[in-house]
Amino acid sequence: MKSMIRFFVQRLLSAITVLMIVIVIVFMLIRLTGDPAAIVAGDSATTEQIQKIREGMGLERPLPTQFGIWFGALLHGDLGESFSSHESVARLIGDCLEPTLALALCTIFFAVIVAVPLGTIAGWRHGGWLDRTLMSFSTLGFSVPVFVLGYILIWLVSLKLGWLPVFGYERLSDGFVPFIRHLILPSFTLSLIYIALIARVTRAAVSEALIEDFVRTARAKGLSEWRVLIQHALANSAVPIVTVIGIGLTLLLGGVVVTERIYAIHGLGDLTVSAVLDRDFRVVQAVILLFSVTCVLMNLLVDLTYLIFDPRIRY
Amino acid sequence: MHDISDSVVTTILFPSSATAVPGAWRRLKRNWSVRLGGGVLIFFALISLFAPWLGVVDPSWLDSGNINRVPGYSGSFALPSGENIARTFWMGTDGSGRDIYSRVLYGGRISLVLGISVAALSIVIGLTVGLAAGYVRWIDGIVMRVMDGLMAIPGILLALFLVALWRASLETVIAAITLTEIPRVARLVRSLVLSIREEPYVEAAISVGTSTSKLIWRHILPNAVAPLIVQATYVCAVAMIMESALSFLGVGLPLDRPTWGNIMAEGRASFNLFPHNVFIPGAFLALTVLSVNMLGDGLRDTLDPRFGRRGE
Repeated sequence: MKSMIRFFVQRLLSAITVLMIVIVIVFMLIRLTGDPAAIVAGDSATTEQIQKIREGMGLERPLPTQFGIWFGALLHGDLGESFSSHESVARLIGDCLEPTLALALCTIFFAVIVAVPLGTIAGWRHGGWLDRTLMSFSTLGFSVPVFVLGYILIWLVSLKLGWLPVFGYERLSDGFVPFIRHLILPSFTLSLIYIALIARVTRAAVSEALIEDFVRTARAKGLSEWRVLIQHALANSAVPIVTVIGIGLTLLLGGVVVTERIYAIHGLGDLTVSAVLDRDFRVVQAVILLFSVTCVLMNLLVDLTYLIFDPRIRY
Repeated sequence: MHDISDSVVTTILFPSSATAVPGAWRRLKRNWSVRLGGGVLIFFALISLFAPWLGVVDPSWLDSGNINRVPGYSGSFALPSGENIARTFWMGTDGSGRDIYSRVLYGGRISLVLGISVAALSIVIGLTVGLAAGYVRWIDGIVMRVMDGLMAIPGILLALFLVALWRASLETVIAAITLTEIPRVARLVRSLVLSIREEPYVEAAISVGTSTSKLIWRHILPNAVAPLIVQATYVCAVAMIMESALSFLGVGLPLDRPTWGNIMAEGRASFNLFPHNVFIPGAFLALTVLSVNMLGDGLRDTLDPRFGRRGE
């Protein structure tokens, strides 16, 4: 119990440290790279306009004060106001949250139910032709960029076969069937690299577990191969698998940006790219922060699942 | 005096510590993943290097008489000089009448230069950071936390943001992508340093008073070469994808530069009618990245069987 609490506190502290560093990095990014006011104002702005923006942003104050004000607002959920639409950034993000969340969750679900069985089989048949085929596909998965795969799928499934809509997003409140029909292609596109990653780690962990003594014991006492594989090899691979799902989340959220752009889904990724093109950096900053915080928190959650999966930490 | 004893001890006691894996070169040449990946990569490097002699036209020249030609179309092409030549557009033309074949070959130059530059820069900087973190305790605490922070930010978003702030050019795109790749290299080097320092031969070398710089040169670096080469191939692959993604999103290199991502971005508008504008550069990109990844996998398997990829 004591070690459990120590483990929990330790992970929590390190997550908070990383969170603070992410917040400082995101704050500094725009200030380290030249005059933020000039960047915001654009190329055609006059000196007076830039000066006005500088005052509006509070840039003439010392850096720690600026950070204090910004961070204080952040803690209240106040992300400022968009430069171009003058809407609250928090509201803009709120409006785009559903599509991104749906896409990400659907992708993770799909990736896990495909990758874990594939990786388990590959690890079980380590070195065999099935393993080599699956691993070649995994290398292919790392190599085909999201946007290339996306267009191949659109061309094949939507344009040639006409099975699924080409692009767009339907809200869940407008019915489950159109919602899921619009999500199938984007999720499949986005999941490929995630599948490749999870399958590789699962394979390595399972094949490593299979040469352990407890597996030999399990086989010796006459357990079926199936139960050996699931109850012993896979169960003992849970820690690396959930870890890579957590680590891969950064990859996934990066891929969301590109995928939303391919399929014209107006989610957070699409919002970010539009904001970058509009030089609306407050919005970009907020989305980066949101994505990074999500990654850190999810990885903290993953750490905490070790308590379930790895009894050695519990005792 | 101290130097002599030190090198004698090192050579007698630990002869293999500073040498590469024996027979690595021979095994490398036999590995089909290295052969195929390396071969395809060399092919792409050669065709983009010798592009001017491979029947290309000016990649940014637009002939308004040849808009959206499908691959294989034969017709006359108006050159910048005003002269008309007979030409077969093996890969078609884009929505502005530019020759895709020429654009794709020149685009290869940008992708390869960028991939190699990002790989080299990330390795050099990551190595320095990782060595410092592995050796100096107070640097370790601060720098590795910053690296953790950087790694928590999705790479493409960070690169997108930086390139937009700095204005896109080849240099800024390279710098932005390098920054997203440094943490991974630094982490790898740091963990290598920490594990090599635990090895008995290194402890022995430390106990006879070997200086830190000598330790790094004779023990750490030779042991880090193989994993770093492998890591460099993966960084190169990721960098090429990321560059294309930036171009595809409209924030990469200026549109007049024929990068694969730019060709695809421009091809999107008429994708349903002329998919070749997206598929041809996409295929070149995917094949190049695949060959780099295969080379990396083969190198990993032959150079150092203990070293795993991406958490493996």
